Amino acid sequence: MPLHSKHLLGLDGMPKEDIELILDTAVSFREVLERPIKKVPPLQGKTVANLFFESSTRTRLSFELAERRLSADVLGFQAAGSSVAKGETLKDTARNIEAMKIDMVVMRHSAAGAPHYLSTVINSSVINAGDGGHEHPTQALLDMYTLREKFDRLEGLHVCIVGDIAHSRVARSNIYGLKTMGAKVSVCGPATLIPREIERLGVDVYYHIDDVLPRVDALNVLRIQLERDAGRLFPSIREYHNFYGITRQRLEKAGRDIVIMHPGPINRDVEISADVADSENSVILQQVLNGVAVRMAVLYLLGTR
Amino acid sequence: MNMVLKNGRLIDPISGRDETVDIHIVDGMIETIRAGMPVPASAEVVDMKGKIVAPGFFDMHVHLREPGFEYKETIQSGCTAAAAGGFTGVACMPNTNPAIDDEAVIRFIHERARAALGGLVDVYPVAAVTVGRRGEQLAPLAELATAGAVAFTDDGDPVHDAEIMRRALEYAKMFNKPIIQHAQDLPLTKGGVMNEGFNATTLGLPGMPAIAEDVMVARDIALVRYTGAQYHVAHMSTAGSLALIRRAKKDNLNVSCEVTPHHFTLTDDAVRSYDTNTKMNPPLRTRDDVEAMKEGLRDGTIEVIATDHAPHSFDDKQVEFQFAPFGIVGLETAVGLAMTELFAKGILSLYQIIERLSTNPRRILHLPPILIREGEEANLTIIDPSVEWIVDVQRFKSKSKNSPFHGRTLIGKAVGAINNGKVYWAS
Repeated sequence: MPLHSKHLLGLDGMPKEDIELILDTAVSFREVLERPIKKVPPLQGKTVANLFFESSTRTRLSFELAERRLSADVLGFQAAGSSVAKGETLKDTARNIEAMKIDMVVMRHSAAGAPHYLSTVINSSVINAGDGGHEHPTQALLDMYTLREKFDRLEGLHVCIVGDIAHSRVARSNIYGLKTMGAKVSVCGPATLIPREIERLGVDVYYHIDDVLPRVDALNVLRIQLERDAGRLFPSIREYHNFYGITRQRLEKAGRDIVIMHPGPINRDVEISADVADSENSVILQQVLNGVAVRMAVLYLLGTR
Repeated sequence: MNMVLKNGRLIDPISGRDETVDIHIVDGMIETIRAGMPVPASAEVVDMKGKIVAPGFFDMHVHLREPGFEYKETIQSGCTAAAAGGFTGVACMPNTNPAIDDEAVIRFIHERARAALGGLVDVYPVAAVTVGRRGEQLAPLAELATAGAVAFTDDGDPVHDAEIMRRALEYAKMFNKPIIQHAQDLPLTKGGVMNEGFNATTLGLPGMPAIAEDVMVARDIALVRYTGAQYHVAHMSTAGSLALIRRAKKDNLNVSCEVTPHHFTLTDDAVRSYDTNTKMNPPLRTRDDVEAMKEGLRDGTIEVIATDHAPHSFDDKQVEFQFAPFGIVGLETAVGLAMTELFAKGILSLYQIIERLSTNPRRILHLPPILIREGEEANLTIIDPSVEWIVDVQRFKSKSKNSPFHGRTLIGKAVGAINNGKVYWAS
């Protein structure tokens, strides 16, 4: 049974069976990654273009590795030094690259909806590797994979996403995916970083981290951007850490074993204290490894559809 | 020109007439208005059965783009789009390049407008409030008014500085000209591309909250109360600013407002496709706001329907939503949308629609009323109130096709425009 769409633009509206198919497929690729020879042939002869219009290290490397592990030919593109700097439009750039006969495009872009637009102007499958403050579907899929690995289920789990929800694509994709899979989702952060009417997505909103910790199974701690409108959205990093930072002391007070996730890169001792990031409950490095398997699953399912 | 408009339903808010008549027009002048008159042998007869004959429609908010952005629209193409949409008069906005902040630009626009369609569409420039629309220094308002500016605005941008706004109101009052405000508090909308709310939250697009319009209108009303000047809110979009204007009118302040067809028709649900033709400023709002706009039209708080016709080329809009320019074309769908959304749904009578599309905008801009009587110049719009048609942007006379209404079925359409001795029949 193939995926319903030829693109992976987001998890908003993605049917449960598609999410399950991706997560189940990722299990076998996760096993491949444990082998001495970590390469399999399904995308041999296929070409994937990675269009990164916004800087990214981990997502780009993870996709690139997933593509190579599946034996695809990989075309890399970074906005700096490309024709975009000379004023070429996304449409022209993408069409020119597609003219070289590629099969799939993985795109990271600063503008929400850019991959949706791209999918209307090219024929290749489009995989969204993060679009502005909108979605980052493969991140949420790897988060769900990691949670499922840890708990053997998603249904009924309570996951709280902590931090700058307003500007976070990771938060949105996690909310869409987790809600579809039957998990309970809450968000926590200062009111200035909680977007309007988010509760209409069926999530609970908390403004005080200690109120939610005793209730959750897992935390997804978002990176707080130091440069974000300094002082206009929240007063300071110090204050943020004091009121929202995930520390050992806070977790102990909550009296629960809480799984700690983080999409990276971490600001140690800002949104998460170093000892929590490195603790037994942290699955941050498993997330990174699972990310390769999940991206292999997505590439495989779309590339052989 | 020698023709008889036969058996049309004349609806004229100025004279209060609503009756089926024949109108004989010779060389642009109304010779006779009479029911069942014998047709002179020399006259062409145009069957108006089932059609409405109204005073020429006037769109007080149009971007003609010339000078400076002729690849989007020219005065020629914009006037043709206006005539095709049933408008015999438009007021054009000053965000051209150069801006309309110098009387030479006004003369240029007048000259081009006279050449377009033989001058069928009267073009009235609205000049800038500030030099270059930069919001820093008053434009030569007296010179501009003398050259023919009918109002002042920095539209596209608000007059943001309260001191400049106060002085502009005081100064324009000397010439009995309104200041038209694009009401938007800029810090509250920084980076925003759509209405702030549930849809922006789920789409991950930066929001422009309704309160940005409300706070600017609230501030301006305080300035109007203090100066006693005339003030008009362009493209009103929020229930909050409407309530403020309703209150200010009760207080007998000289204020008015307009609404665009898209703001009484669409909500920000339309943005969910990331279609850049749903991106405009002010943005599409919520269902509650749309309902408020209709109520404002119904109770007369909103006296004017204006299009904010904002042409952008195909390529301008073929970009990521956040990078696309704001604005949609509106001249050729306005009458159809007003008939479909307001008349057919029982919100406004034909009489009220004609007031909001003709009589009221002319009054607010202090233009002479259109008199439909013998011996006067014929300035008329013809509407077919029952024709069902599908909007096809490829058939637009505008140079630009950026409309979210492509493919939409509408009931009612402007089919003809007569003014300055010229006739335009929509195909």
